[in-house]
Amino acid sequence: MTVSELVSASGFDVQCAPCPEKEISGVYIGDLLSWVMGKASQGDLWLTIMSNVNVVAVASLADVSAIVLTEGVVLGSDVISVANSKGINVITTNLSTYEAALKISGIIQ
Amino acid sequence: MSENLTFRFNVEGDDFTSAGQASVQVKKNLRQLGLDSEIIRRVSIAMYEGEINMVIHAGGGTAEVNVCEDYIEIILEDHGPGIKDIEQAMQAGYSTAPDSIRSLGFGAGMGLPNMKKNSDTMTVESTVGVGTRIVMRIMYKEGCV
Repeated sequence: MTVSELVSASGFDVQCAPCPEKEISGVYIGDLLSWVMGKASQGDLWLTIMSNVNVVAVASLADVSAIVLTEGVVLGSDVISVANSKGINVITTNLSTYEAALKISGIIQ
Repeated sequence: MSENLTFRFNVEGDDFTSAGQASVQVKKNLRQLGLDSEIIRRVSIAMYEGEINMVIHAGGGTAEVNVCEDYIEIILEDHGPGIKDIEQAMQAGYSTAPDSIRSLGFGAGMGLPNMKKNSDTMTVESTVGVGTRIVMRIMYKEGCV
């Protein structure tokens, strides 16, 4: 399933989607950046509440398919422009991380 | 043997806005060379962790990436405070990062372990009060170093 298809099926909001056709291979949840770097797999959706500019670098280096910001967190416009330039998809939801994960699980399985 | 390709970067200390730029640039360069994506991912992660460590702990430093025939070598050097106990620093979860750094999502004590995990060989030389030099190699195929 692609990021674009997930967005359509979930109703999550898109903050930026420079590469909507990226394939989703799984899900990783975490806010500690080194844990994400060490544990997330290529193509994972990354669920987090962290919103500083470093999440873009981590998402880029770990090759996740998209950052999914939960709990109503959004990235600032300056961070979004960096995400756009690095080809990082950013989607947001007001759901809690748990609820968002459940919803994604129901869609990608 | 063909001549190695080398990329060099200065890493600014205490600059969390641009932290990771060198790693992202290396990733871009390696992609242009057409290297395997998993190799690129390992190099990028190992280098990013080192870069962040230099930003947090050492007031910055230098990073050099050598693209060799059989492996990629990352050399990170700083003139920071040095690491007192390397064995302890290598333990997952051990961190001396202050709370201000942790609130950014860093300081989980996984930096050096991630560097080791993503490289095939890694040497850490450090002298308290002088600085730290880390050399990591990531092989294209097993058994090439």
